[in-house]
Amino acid sequence: MARDAAPEPVGDGLNVRLRQERPIPLDVELRCAPGELLALVGPSGSGKSTILRAVAGLYRPRHGDIACDGQSWLDTGRGLNRSPQRRRVGLVFQDYALFPHLSALHNVTAALGHLPPRGRGARGRELLGMVNLAGLEDRRPAELSGGQRQRVALARALARDPAVLLLDEPFAAVDQVTRRKLRQELVVLRRRVDMPIVLVTHDLNEAALLADRLCVLHRGRTLQDGPPAEVMTRPHSALVARVMDLGNIFDAVVAEQRPAAGLTVLRWLDYALEARHAPAFPPGAKLTWVIPPSHIVLHRRDRPSRGEHENPVRGTVGELAVLGETTNVTLAVNGRKDCPLFFTVATHAARRNGLAIGVAATVSLLSVGIHLMPREERGEQRAVDPARHELAAIR
Amino acid sequence: MDWSALDLSLRLAFWTCVVLLPLGVLAGRALAYGRFAGKGFVEAVVALPLVLPPTVLGYYLLVAFGGASTVGRLYEAVVGHGLVFRFDGLLLASIVFNLPFAVQPLQRAFEAIPSDVQEAAWCSGMSRWRTFWRIELPLAWPGVVSALALTFAHTLGEFGVVLMIGGNIAGETKTAAIAIYDRVQAFDDAAAGTMSAVLLALSFLSIGLVYTVARHGSRRRA
Repeated sequence: MARDAAPEPVGDGLNVRLRQERPIPLDVELRCAPGELLALVGPSGSGKSTILRAVAGLYRPRHGDIACDGQSWLDTGRGLNRSPQRRRVGLVFQDYALFPHLSALHNVTAALGHLPPRGRGARGRELLGMVNLAGLEDRRPAELSGGQRQRVALARALARDPAVLLLDEPFAAVDQVTRRKLRQELVVLRRRVDMPIVLVTHDLNEAALLADRLCVLHRGRTLQDGPPAEVMTRPHSALVARVMDLGNIFDAVVAEQRPAAGLTVLRWLDYALEARHAPAFPPGAKLTWVIPPSHIVLHRRDRPSRGEHENPVRGTVGELAVLGETTNVTLAVNGRKDCPLFFTVATHAARRNGLAIGVAATVSLLSVGIHLMPREERGEQRAVDPARHELAAIR
Repeated sequence: MDWSALDLSLRLAFWTCVVLLPLGVLAGRALAYGRFAGKGFVEAVVALPLVLPPTVLGYYLLVAFGGASTVGRLYEAVVGHGLVFRFDGLLLASIVFNLPFAVQPLQRAFEAIPSDVQEAAWCSGMSRWRTFWRIELPLAWPGVVSALALTFAHTLGEFGVVLMIGGNIAGETKTAAIAIYDRVQAFDDAAAGTMSAVLLALSFLSIGLVYTVARHGSRRRA
């Protein structure tokens, strides 16, 4: 009967639909086209890894359909559940899960069971070469660095010629420098493989850097799905903004609507903020707004600049963190520590403007960056089903 | 020096290992991975021979194998002779009292394999059977060696159960341990001394092997 209700055309790439209440609540729908990199982001316990395990066939959800390249892997309605061996997945585990007693080469050839035995060695070497491990074929995992182990795991995942590549926090277990290098390698590798790639990460920057699309998860439910830039600047709800740890999330009231000027004016503290026209919120409506640090402009001390008339906001510098070329600034708006505005400036600009803790400063909030969302009710965060409330509020 | 007794002991130890190894691998793996009702009870039963006085174990085996018992009668009907005071009975008893020595190291060895290594094998397209031979068994290898060495050494040294179930029949049930007792009773200290030294050396070698393999295994995986 579920078949008749949803005659979902099974196309190219990966199509996933999972539903269950227990033991882990899941309510997700995912698509990942060939060549596309989809990042699943969300706090720990949001179900990211469970979804990945379900795709690999290592976890069986109560209800769901999973299909890849037109082939059904899971269809609980028909009682179909293919084993991991019959799914053609490449999975890179968080701790890599290499076979400790086998050399790097044999770790890879172990996944080449579909080739005739004589061709496996050559193909294994080729794959290790592709992940820049030529010359280390005979090393055992214990004799490899963290980054090298991750590469072996990646080569092993690709060995099966998988229909989908799954990466479970693949950069979590290595140091910062190696992480940057491995990410870059993944960017390069993507151009060479043409399969859907699903990346699980809790690192937003990583997701934004690598992914074509983000899927924000919270307690097993999809909150928002879209290109990284859109999700990070135009979250559907305050909950998405919080889950993504966007910062600069504030409550305000709609003061007036000026459709002719293309503006919605907000009352926030003692400011009248001009935002892009959002007709969904009538005057008097309580809402939540968010602004990315990239749309906050520091006023120059010596001479005024053009943007200064746009939503000027005063405050005192609460925190200052110099990170090489850029400096992270937290401005206590109107001197209030409970209204911290976070933005970054070039370190030389911070120096020239004499930014220091306790110093007064003025910034402009560019109206195109101000994004309005329905107010998040207090206590809704703790509600049994927060995601559904949020989504219902949007629709 | 009673060579036939030593030969009997070695034969008993060898056949116990041969029968118990596959049994121990199956049981150890099932206990390591299995989630079933009464698992604790099964583990307790496997561990019982460790704490039971050998005479108690021997008594129950004697009752279970005796001509009046179902097992004893069945065996006699099939093979043509009974179990008690025979090598066959001794071997069966040896398998029972060595269960913990074979099962427990193997169970620990299988438990030590991270579950994601097993899952990685499945995701690499390896069947469960192939995963067992290529991944699980090689990784559980230190457990296999421990199980074999402990079973071997313990069979050589067992006295109480052997005496209860097998008695003291030369060439059939008189093992080295029994023979030593026999020699001491006969004030033949020289023979008892020689045989004790041989058993000591064999036991020491077996245990030494266990420790060497255990250390090598942990170093390889680090």
